Amino acid sequence: MQLYLPIAEVSVNAFLLLGLGGIVGFLSGMFGVGGGFLITPLLFFIGVPPAVAVATGANQVVASSVSGVLAQLRRKAVDFRMGTVLLIGGFAGSGVGIWVFQWMTRLGQVDLFVQLSYVLFLGLIGAMMLQESLRSWFRAQKGGPVRRSHVHTWVHGLPLKMKFRASGLYISVLPPLAVGALVGFLAAIMGVGGGFVMVPAMIYLLGMPTKVVVGTSLFQIIFVTAFTTFMHAVTSQTVDILLALLLIIGGVIGAQVGTTVGVRLKAEQLRILLALLVLAVSVKIALDLLIRPGELYSVMPGVLP
Amino acid sequence: MRGLAILSLMAALVALPAMGSEGIVAGMSQNRVSITASFDGSEILIYGAVKRDAPAPEGPMEVIITVEGPATPVTIRKKDRRAGIWVNTESVEVDAAPSFYAVATTGPLRSILTETEDLRHRISLPRVIRAVGAATEAGDPADFIEAMQRIRLNEGRYRVLQGGVEFTEQTLFRSDIVLPSNLTEGEYRVRIFLTREGRVVDAQDRVIGVRKEGLERFLFNLSREQPWAYGILSLVLAAFAGWAASAGFRLIRP
Repeated sequence: MQLYLPIAEVSVNAFLLLGLGGIVGFLSGMFGVGGGFLITPLLFFIGVPPAVAVATGANQVVASSVSGVLAQLRRKAVDFRMGTVLLIGGFAGSGVGIWVFQWMTRLGQVDLFVQLSYVLFLGLIGAMMLQESLRSWFRAQKGGPVRRSHVHTWVHGLPLKMKFRASGLYISVLPPLAVGALVGFLAAIMGVGGGFVMVPAMIYLLGMPTKVVVGTSLFQIIFVTAFTTFMHAVTSQTVDILLALLLIIGGVIGAQVGTTVGVRLKAEQLRILLALLVLAVSVKIALDLLIRPGELYSVMPGVLP
Repeated sequence: MRGLAILSLMAALVALPAMGSEGIVAGMSQNRVSITASFDGSEILIYGAVKRDAPAPEGPMEVIITVEGPATPVTIRKKDRRAGIWVNTESVEVDAAPSFYAVATTGPLRSILTETEDLRHRISLPRVIRAVGAATEAGDPADFIEAMQRIRLNEGRYRVLQGGVEFTEQTLFRSDIVLPSNLTEGEYRVRIFLTREGRVVDAQDRVIGVRKEGLERFLFNLSREQPWAYGILSLVLAAFAGWAASAGFRLIRP
């Protein structure tokens, strides 16, 4: 069934969109990533203009995150206090990120900058996660002593301590604020919710239990992407509500299924899978940069700012 | 008074042969296209006949039909290898390039239209695109314009339909032009040319209005006129859908 999208101004297959939304929603519910880093390239691929894809992708992530958070909430796996602290850091970071983005745009190298940060951060995080999760998986298989979920380091000596009951942590608010700021900064530059950076950072830097990480990350993503969607709708008018609706219907169902599957998997398995996914996207972007493209030229409607 | 009218009519008739005594009588299957939610491209039939006051002169007559979509600004970018990676380097901005252009003919354009006539009427694809103003930032904008032509031909936005006009008995002509599903709103200009020995004998202009209708119109207008309301609507929709899915699944699996 073909459907004409009023803002994107293309006609696409409605079932294809439902399917795309479903896949991304599934991953979102399972790993706690918003899926922005997947949905945007997929939309490019089916012919949606890039600006519309970025803005509408953010709108879809809002829906799947709400659905995912509600599912996690039933399992009491959302740390609202931690989420709020991360969010405060996040807004500060994205403010700086938007400023840097504009500065890079003026220099005319924003594309390269965005792609390189994708490769660098996705590759680094993916490799680190894979290495760590594989090691703990093998250790669990051998039946040796399980490593403690968090180790006391200099981080625990910082002032302004706060109790995060849902995470079982009593740490300074400074590290979560810094993590939030870093993710907000990356989100603004790379145009994604930042879940794939947030999830590993919560596990490894803050020492949060994997159980609450997914819900807390999604809680935080709702607000970041809602803000992004709204800004796009007001400033560039590139949110296609009909496209979003189809992606959302697929996405919210996928998120529920993903959450159910995610609960059945072991924490190490979940991390290995997310690491592989992140690495795959990173390798794909790296190849795009290294291999000579078939068509050197590209045509974009509109004039560059 | 009446004498004057007859005189001017006669003058017009005398003047006619100089412009060619052959004229176009044309029609179209529709002069407006509505883009609704189920819009999936549209086919326009352009038909007509050659009207003659005298027997046809020697030599074959040819027909050219063009359809041109509204012009939009376009940025063409080129990738280059810098320090081992492929990045966009140079770009050319074109103020106004047609969002759609189809040219259907009875034969090869080069043999039925002279260069001068093409230059004057801007019929062939390179002429149409070259006519647009390009802001030069790169060394050679011609390469960029040519690349745009190639890319848009591949996308089906630009079409060259050689032999796309049926011409019966040197009198009746018809052509089906397919408008793609990714249409831009606006006025589509249809031009019909009669040529003989490469010269344009007569030309006619028509307009097809392409407009979003119904839900498409409503959503588009809302997004432009009330972006705040539109943004909030998108978010409410997303939040509601997220909640509904969660609540629905709880019913299925308590």
